[in-house]
Amino acid sequence: MISFDSITDKVRTGRRLSDSEALFLFESEDLLEIGELAAFANASKNGRRVYYNVNRHINYSNICVNHCRFCAFRRDAGEAGAYLLTLEDIRSRAEEALRQGATEIHMVGGLHPDLSLPCYEEMLRAVKAVSPRLHLKAFTAVEIDYFSRISGLSLREVLLSLKESGLDSLPGGGAEIFAPAVRSELCEEKISGDRWLEVMEEAHRCGFRSNATMLYGHLESHSDRVAHLSRLRDLQDRTGGFQALVALPFQPLNTQLHSDRNLRAGGVDDLKTVAVSRLYLDNFNNIKAYWVLLGEKIAQVALAFGANDLDGTVVDERIGHEAGAESPRGMTRDEILRLIGSAGKEPVERDSLYQEILSR
Amino acid sequence: MQSFLRKCAERLETGAPLNRQEALRIFVEADLLELGKLADGVRRRLHPEKIVTFVVDRNVNYTNVCVSRCRFCAFYRDEADADAYLLSQEEIYRKVEELVAQGGTQLLMQGGLHPQLGIEFFENLFRGIKGRFPEILNHSLSPTEISHVARISGLTIADALHRLKEAGLDSIPGGGAEILVDRVRAEISPDKIGWEEWSEVMREAARQGFPTTATMMFGSLERSEDIVEHLFRIREIQEQGGTFTAFIPWTYQPGNTELGGVAASGVEYLKVLALSRLVLCNIPNIQASWVTQGAKLAQVALYFGANDLGGTMLEENVVAAAGCSFRITREELIALIKGAGFAPAQRTTDYKIVQFY
Repeated sequence: MISFDSITDKVRTGRRLSDSEALFLFESEDLLEIGELAAFANASKNGRRVYYNVNRHINYSNICVNHCRFCAFRRDAGEAGAYLLTLEDIRSRAEEALRQGATEIHMVGGLHPDLSLPCYEEMLRAVKAVSPRLHLKAFTAVEIDYFSRISGLSLREVLLSLKESGLDSLPGGGAEIFAPAVRSELCEEKISGDRWLEVMEEAHRCGFRSNATMLYGHLESHSDRVAHLSRLRDLQDRTGGFQALVALPFQPLNTQLHSDRNLRAGGVDDLKTVAVSRLYLDNFNNIKAYWVLLGEKIAQVALAFGANDLDGTVVDERIGHEAGAESPRGMTRDEILRLIGSAGKEPVERDSLYQEILSR
Repeated sequence: MQSFLRKCAERLETGAPLNRQEALRIFVEADLLELGKLADGVRRRLHPEKIVTFVVDRNVNYTNVCVSRCRFCAFYRDEADADAYLLSQEEIYRKVEELVAQGGTQLLMQGGLHPQLGIEFFENLFRGIKGRFPEILNHSLSPTEISHVARISGLTIADALHRLKEAGLDSIPGGGAEILVDRVRAEISPDKIGWEEWSEVMREAARQGFPTTATMMFGSLERSEDIVEHLFRIREIQEQGGTFTAFIPWTYQPGNTELGGVAASGVEYLKVLALSRLVLCNIPNIQASWVTQGAKLAQVALYFGANDLGGTMLEENVVAAAGCSFRITREELIALIKGAGFAPAQRTTDYKIVQFY
């Protein structure tokens, strides 16, 4: 018989939670008790330290052959508002980022119908030419799979070739929710959950670290969330390549889903999802509260619910904001430091591989 | 600390009040979830029925002309400014009509300290509103405005309140409280009434049978001690016959103000909210402020002591002037209450349930 006490006992003695225990927590209304337990699990790994980094997002294109129904960012080629950054655009954004003290470029875009693998490699080289010290975290598993299909190369060949061109690590996007029934309603053209995991496994085997994400608050059930986290935990057991879990609340504005149903995760669900992720993913060191989608306020409060990473300065976020995110497009370091400090935590600037940056 | 918190929890369980030292220690030393759990315990004891209420209302700001010129305010204008305004009675009636059409029950009318508007202006306006919209509850004029109107009309506070009541004023909102410590007021709003006069208006309003509310604006220049003092002053007014139905803490919004600075964070808001629930054991309702905190944090606030989400506010201008413009529909409000595991109910100004959803 699962009870909050039995779960508490397991967490306090460092034992792994089962899927049904995670489900029990999702269904529970004891928000603050779950938060306390998650805070305990987090503190035993990370103490009072909360990570952030100084980074910049570059969305190289919003042109995408997929039509995911939760996405407000994509455009067809030729549609009003469609864009593709030139190499010069990318370079100048990277230069600006470097001047502002960024250590990381986060670069993702859509599945462009006309570009070839060498085009993407040129984007990587354009950033690296600005400074080899800029860490390049780029291309979701969905893009990597697409590159393999358009080039006829294997995943491994694509990944190694991108590595050669300067790719350092992979973000965690495109995971959405793995459950096939929901996934086909959300984004039927997108690669399956199995394939997403396969790409990540191969990336980890090629020596890349990556993040993992979960998009929630749309059509999925609590069981779907647990099943999603379970697949991530299994893969992490095999490879250890995931650095952080980022749970992303669906943003309904301007998407095709919004006109169907008036959906949006509340702050209570956001915090519970952070906390359950922390408790269930015992083999993930970092649970990120992505302030862009949670809003700065909930992201800060999430630091008391098991999160230990606030992401970064971001500077020019587009994907979440097209869908109505109410946060600013970027934050300054001082703003991030204040959020972490006024939550009673100790801010630690990290690099993209979670090494502390000691002095600037 | 743990044993101190346990002792406080046991005391609160029985309804025993905290003292100033205990409240300050909890506020400064307890972590967010410890404070939250204490406040949630008090909320459960006072509101075991798991209902979260809201009112359908409209903020009508009849003027932005104000001689007080508070340094934290982005809304006020001088009479000669190009964008100074005074709504006509017809404009106000039209706004109230829209409120009625949307099923609203409460009109919250506040403005500035206008140098030309004496008691007759408000008597006239309130009579006009009551005559046209008898079903609307008129919850208007903060103590600061009442004090100003009384002064420029040569009336005592008691006489001014009496005449406004006769004209149709039903209830008094607790605005203008800011921080009820004069040292802080001298810095952020030197020309506004002091804490004792604010209190005196509320005491007199209570004597005359008006329901009232109380607010606190924090996150400007006050210290933790000032927040605690504010809460205890509110509690003491209530003990001495006050009629506060609710307490509403909200955060200073620095945009476009003379005072500037940064807004209090989400964690700071939740801590103050929770502390309010702990100290104000004699005030039935604590409102979360979605206007300043957004829908997501307002929902979380329901676990940190709040049992009410205030109004739907078909219109809001003062906070928006400071660059903070969260909007929410009734449907969203209902969804977020349900999403937090509570039963949503529309209420009147005096907390009678209109309907459940």
